[in-house]
Amino acid sequence: MIVIEQILNGVQFGITLFLISAGLTLIFGVMGVINLSHGSLYMIGAYAAALIVAHTGSTWLALLGGLAVAAASGVMIEIVVVRRLYDRDPLDQVLATFALILMINQGAVMLFGRQPLFVSMPPALLGSVTLLPGLSYPVYRLGVIVLGLVVAAALFFLINHTRIGMLVRAGATHRQMVRALGVRVGRLYSVIFGFGAMLAGLAGAIAGPITAVQVGMGEQILILAFVVVVIGGVGSVRGALFGALAAGLVDTMSRAFLPLVFRQLMNGSDADALASGVSSISIYLLMALTLLVRPGRLQTAKP
Amino acid sequence: MTPALELRGLSKRFGGLTATDDVSLSIPAGSLHALIGPNGAGKTTLINQVAGDLRHDAGAIMLGGIEIGALPAWARVRCGLARTFQIAQLLPHYSVLDNVALAIEVRQGHCFRFFADARKNSRARDQAMSHLEAVGLSARASSAASDLGQGECKQLDLAVALATRPSLLLLDEPMAGLSALESRKMTELLAALKGRLTMVLVEHDMDAVFALADRISVLVYGRVIATGNGDEIKADEAVRVAYLGADDDRC
Amino acid sequence: MTSGTIEASPLQPATRRPGRLLSLSAAVAVALLLALPALANAFHVVFVLGLATQVLIYAIAAMSLNLVLGYGGMVTFGQAAFFGLGGYTVGILHQHFSEASAFLGLLPGSDSLLVCLAAAMLVSGCAAAIIGSLSLRASGVSFIMITLAFAQMLFFLFVSLKAYGGDDGLMMRHRDVAPFFDTGDDANYYGVCLALAAGWFGLTACMVRSRFGFVLAGLRQNERRLTAIGIAPMRYRLVAFVIAGMGTGLAGALMANDLRFVSPDMMHWTKSGDLMMMVIVGGTATLIGPLLGAAAMVLLEASLAAQTENWQLYLGLILLAIVMLTRGGLAAALDRLFGGKR
Repeated sequence: MIVIEQILNGVQFGITLFLISAGLTLIFGVMGVINLSHGSLYMIGAYAAALIVAHTGSTWLALLGGLAVAAASGVMIEIVVVRRLYDRDPLDQVLATFALILMINQGAVMLFGRQPLFVSMPPALLGSVTLLPGLSYPVYRLGVIVLGLVVAAALFFLINHTRIGMLVRAGATHRQMVRALGVRVGRLYSVIFGFGAMLAGLAGAIAGPITAVQVGMGEQILILAFVVVVIGGVGSVRGALFGALAAGLVDTMSRAFLPLVFRQLMNGSDADALASGVSSISIYLLMALTLLVRPGRLQTAKP
Repeated sequence: MTPALELRGLSKRFGGLTATDDVSLSIPAGSLHALIGPNGAGKTTLINQVAGDLRHDAGAIMLGGIEIGALPAWARVRCGLARTFQIAQLLPHYSVLDNVALAIEVRQGHCFRFFADARKNSRARDQAMSHLEAVGLSARASSAASDLGQGECKQLDLAVALATRPSLLLLDEPMAGLSALESRKMTELLAALKGRLTMVLVEHDMDAVFALADRISVLVYGRVIATGNGDEIKADEAVRVAYLGADDDRC
Repeated sequence: MTSGTIEASPLQPATRRPGRLLSLSAAVAVALLLALPALANAFHVVFVLGLATQVLIYAIAAMSLNLVLGYGGMVTFGQAAFFGLGGYTVGILHQHFSEASAFLGLLPGSDSLLVCLAAAMLVSGCAAAIIGSLSLRASGVSFIMITLAFAQMLFFLFVSLKAYGGDDGLMMRHRDVAPFFDTGDDANYYGVCLALAAGWFGLTACMVRSRFGFVLAGLRQNERRLTAIGIAPMRYRLVAFVIAGMGTGLAGALMANDLRFVSPDMMHWTKSGDLMMMVIVGGTATLIGPLLGAAAMVLLEASLAAQTENWQLYLGLILLAIVMLTRGGLAAALDRLFGGKR
């Protein structure tokens, strides 16, 4: 039973990762821009939602608000900064978006201080539900999983069955060609960027009750999101989903069960320390494994 | 006499597509062997396999009697093989002279030299200059390679290939993109090289091919359908049907 | 600046002999550096010495990263791993020395500066060899991610090593000792760092002009061209990677001694980011770029932090401005201002 619970936790973490990586993989795959500030959009969504809930008490408003604020921030960032980076050296993109992180983080500190904000669980989703005899699972986390899968389904529909999705798919594989065909690339890029930002904001908004909302939460998850993008393949939303789920599962399961495994082999505190270390890097090991086993990934969309 | 280059049953498939179909060739040292065929026949793919840029699926590649099929591209260069590219590969931010000088330095010895200033290596620079003179680029020695025109890029590509002092030179459409005048210059250059090294020439420019080649092989859908000297090829029925009916505009 | 012919990259302006004004400024800068301890004392601003030492240490790290990133074109996000390894080598050796114990029961500790610096370079060089041979099979985004992953792995490893301080880090009671002078004296230590930085600068300058540098920069411009003249790319990139790793390890060891403190933060990915900032802001693939970048970042942070608590905001703004408005970083801007003969 504990195993199933941990699996569900892993899926839930994976869903959060997916929401962030989906936007990242599209931005990087279609537009070829390395955007380090993507994690900041996650943070912006979290803060916005936390504020709205505190002032209005409505979770729906908070969710939509977090979405909207993150999307708006994303569009602004695209217009002011990112737009000028498309043809620049990837190193310049790294530097510029890193500078953005510094500015956004400091802005958050100025507005909210360094103390983490705790967001209370929405009352409608409190408590646990019994899924199987002996297994009860928090309603909220289930809600996150469901929401994430709905979003994933919507994304797949969007990408595979609409015109704009076709442009996205084309852009992800043949960026130059799309430009040469005269597609209004500027608008397409802004839309993609805003959309990716919205997804990240959504992830942040729903993460509030589960994790502490604080400055720096963006960077922690950004790295993992990049790793997921590499695992899943740059430019592929489907890859992002499977990669994120795999990463979420690997991370959660190793944190939950490695201490037990290691305690069989060595004494208590050493086992825990080692287990903690290994589970922290489990996602990176997964990535390394993927790259070794599928070298075809090695030359995906070059920055 | 060991042939300079011998291909035995060379094959390459891309999924369902057979790009190279059991190709066997034997090219004697010092001769110029041309490879012609319609677009999509697999000529460049063949060159890439011989050069080592593409891994062949089956068959043997013998350079001067030695099997080189298992060697990576750079190692084949060390064995005396060189190639030019359909789209000239240059180091755009180095000068024309540096482009050639680098090839000579590489040939002079290992490159893990950390201390001596490479640009003061006068032996390398003098040799580089003479190669540039041979291809007619000496006037442009100190220009950046990215400043060169189409024809000059191809000349530089050739100079760099020659700087490695190869015994076998693979030429992948050296005339592609050149004007009539530039093509004639290039043809003269290649004619001057005949006898000094073995050359395999992939080309669409029939004037050049018939002027230069000792023997010609015709490649269609990855398969050699005829091999012979210029007159034999012109007379061959299969070749006529498959290819020589095309006028120049098709290329 | 390199002499003679056309230059190496769009990030580096084509230069010939440095102009008179530039040479003069360089001479003044060198004189200032040499006289700094005396000047600091005279004007009662001794903290300047500490700052300058930090600049020199980061300059060594930035020069090393520049070799790989700027000249070699390999975008690595894991350079901090070697910075931390160098620091931890010093810290661990020092701890074993003061406890009179042995590392893994085999290696005795040491507090000799020479031994520790050499050990740091050895350790980071070996790590670079391992990490490099695994990572360099990849390119593009994958390379960035793998190098990042390795750095993170080391970070988490050292966080979990309670024996060597874990998250809290390791403190050293005194700096490693050297014969003939007291390293505890800040002015002396500054001198050590200055000498090593100058030495590394000279080494880098030689390497960049040498046949090895010629090949490395060529690999960055067009790998296919170089395989076609007989170069095996991986070997050269790996050697550059290892040399860069050793240099960064040396910097880490010097930093550990300077602060008498090591912590896993030295190998966090944000530290890699800081090093990259220095290289990019200074101007990639230039010789003085890393020096300018290190100086800019350290001094900027220090001066902004003194003014306001929200210095990160302004630092970000300035960095953003530098990227958006200049091409080629500070080195290029300097060159445009003072110009050489073209």
